[in-house]
Amino acid sequence: MKAYRTINTALQALGRNPMRATLTALGIIIGVAAVIAMMEIGKGSSAAIERAISSMGANNLLIHPGTAASGGVSFGGGTATTLTPQDCEAILQECPAVRSAAPDVQARTQVIYGNRNWVPLSINGSTPAYLDVRSWTDMAEGEMFTDRDVRNTSKVCVVGQTIVRELFSGASPIDKKLRIQNVLFRVVGVLSSKGANMMGADQDDIILAPWTTIKYRVMGTSLTNVNQSSSSSGSSTSTEVNSLNRLYPTSSLNLYPVPSPTQMADTPQPVRFTNVDHILACAQSSDEIPLAIRQITELLRERHRIRPNEAEDFSIRNMTEMTKTLSSTSLLMTNLLLSVALISLIVGGVGIMNIMLVSVTERTREIGLRMAVGARSKDILMQFLVEAIVMCLAGGIIGILAGCGGSYLVTLLLRWPTETSLTAIVVSVMVSATVGISFGFYPAWKASKLDPIEALRYE
Amino acid sequence: MPLIELRDICKTYHIGELDVPVLKGVSLSVNEGELVALMGASGSGKSTLMNILGCLDHPTSGEYRLGGQEVSRLSADGRALLRNQKIGFIFQNFNLLPRTSALENVMLPLSYTLEGLSDREAQDRAMTLLDRVGLSERSHHEPSQLSGGQQQRVAIARSLINRPSLLLADEPTGNLDSRTSAEVLHMFQELNQQEAITIIIVTHDLQVAMHAKKIVRISDGQIVDGDPSGGGLQVGGIVEGYESSDVTT
Ligand SMILES: Nc1ncnc2c1ncn2[C@@H]1O[C@H](COP(=O)(O)OP(=O)(O)O)[C@@H](O)[C@H]1O
Ligand SMILES: [Mg+2]
Repeated sequence: MKAYRTINTALQALGRNPMRATLTALGIIIGVAAVIAMMEIGKGSSAAIERAISSMGANNLLIHPGTAASGGVSFGGGTATTLTPQDCEAILQECPAVRSAAPDVQARTQVIYGNRNWVPLSINGSTPAYLDVRSWTDMAEGEMFTDRDVRNTSKVCVVGQTIVRELFSGASPIDKKLRIQNVLFRVVGVLSSKGANMMGADQDDIILAPWTTIKYRVMGTSLTNVNQSSSSSGSSTSTEVNSLNRLYPTSSLNLYPVPSPTQMADTPQPVRFTNVDHILACAQSSDEIPLAIRQITELLRERHRIRPNEAEDFSIRNMTEMTKTLSSTSLLMTNLLLSVALISLIVGGVGIMNIMLVSVTERTREIGLRMAVGARSKDILMQFLVEAIVMCLAGGIIGILAGCGGSYLVTLLLRWPTETSLTAIVVSVMVSATVGISFGFYPAWKASKLDPIEALRYE
Repeated sequence: MPLIELRDICKTYHIGELDVPVLKGVSLSVNEGELVALMGASGSGKSTLMNILGCLDHPTSGEYRLGGQEVSRLSADGRALLRNQKIGFIFQNFNLLPRTSALENVMLPLSYTLEGLSDREAQDRAMTLLDRVGLSERSHHEPSQLSGGQQQRVAIARSLINRPSLLLADEPTGNLDSRTSAEVLHMFQELNQQEAITIIIVTHDLQVAMHAKKIVRISDGQIVDGDPSGGGLQVGGIVEGYESSDVTT
């Protein structure tokens, strides 16, 4: 029996009872429509949740330098100076799983504007990419400094909302000049408010400037001082014992006559090997965090010429807890939708099975007749199976349209974020066909096993 | 040359523990082109025999050769193919598909034919047959819009669509009045004479029986009298008269 004849026969049989066919298909229509709408709405919301969580830094990777030690005395995490800005550039270029990376140089010192002073929680030297890494690209006012400013060691900065409040009493700080460690910085932008981080630290209490400026103009003279009035007296206690530090020009080691702070600020020395405090990186997505870590580790080991058995001179931290929350959130979402989908489709499938069983009983004589004129049991099986599949597929297609329409309406009227999902459509078509086959099979098999004489005699 | 050869056909139904022998050793041979009337009382096993002849059922024991081929042990699919290709079946209650046009009813067996006829050819063939039974004007009517005689003529057209060599009609006029019965029976005679199709009709109508080349009487599952000249109606008594009032299947 030719395929199109089988389909034709099935369509005719369904057409003989259009109301029943429609009502039966309705189960599948509603099921598939619900699945599609749920999937699209769910995908939209889980994307929104993911965006929200990743803006909290879930995808961030923090690359710390290793631990310096001298004569069995360890100086704690991050005391070695092994990370360079070039490492940062290399990570960006050679690790595909990394979306963006920014070096980070930190200082903690007093900031002065007019007759006010303030010690921000963090004064960060970085590149414009810093904001991208931290998903903080929307500026409240003005603009971020540029890569050119970084190259030129420009004395510009952007400030957080807390700084605006504390130093400028809420007035616009754009083009005003604030003083850090006797260096005058022009404020070019104001960051949008980000609030506290997970640990409760105020993230808006921040000044961002080119890392070169912080490194050479500010930190060259103030390593750990908070109070700039006593800048000359203090230096890091570790310099005395940390012989490693002597290799690096940033330490206040007196190989040469120490230039005065003013001299330093005015004529920053070109340095061959500059280290940064951290490198901040951001993975393409939360799924790719382990991959990003692997790629970065490989790259840095190579760049730092670390032999296979040697320990790394850096460490990478991620926001495991947040990432876990993120993935468990979306997993929960997916499972929830999956169970809803399954239940509604099973209900639809049972409906189809029920109607097909009724239909087989009702058409017993027809089956007997078809067998009497030469239908093999295979033909009968196919006929009823195709009927069920046609119903399911038609229901599936209408359901897809209804579901897409539904989620479109939801976006339009409720402004919930939705995302059209091609997989949802493909999956529902396949699932409705599968439902048709699996729930249509038993009735069809029952029909095909009828005895022609018995069937013909059936009242 | 005999088209049908039955040797010692037995059919026993089992109802629970009980064995119900219905056919008890039927031997019969029918030549090609013969018109045979099968007569017998209700419950004597006519339909059972017809079902075996039509390959709808297989005998409990015995041999059945159709056109030289042993068919009693064929598989279900093999019998289906035979029913489709070689045998036309006509039922007492017509058995047309409801809510389906006469034309499509006639084309039904073609759906299960292996040779691929195009839709055009299939329709042409069905139309020719409907024309032949005088229903070309009604080709798009559904069974419910046709009289009993017309329905039976559609059924005859359907049985002929695959050009069978054997037509089996089990009380084809059982549900028809005398005038339409005559029409239908006339049609069988015509088919037998013009196309040389072998036809076996179960009937109670002596008139038809007289036209038949051969009358086979069956009583209690056994052939009683194969004599074409007829003689009396000793088997089962004179029950039915000239018109069928018997509605056994
Ligand atoms: N499927 C069956 N199961 C049991 N007994 C049957 C079955 N079909 C027919 N019989 C019995 O076989 C006998 C012959 O039936 P049938 O061939 O239909 O007679 P008829 O000559 O009236 O057509 C009847 O007694 C009937 O009860
Ligand atoms: Mg009968």
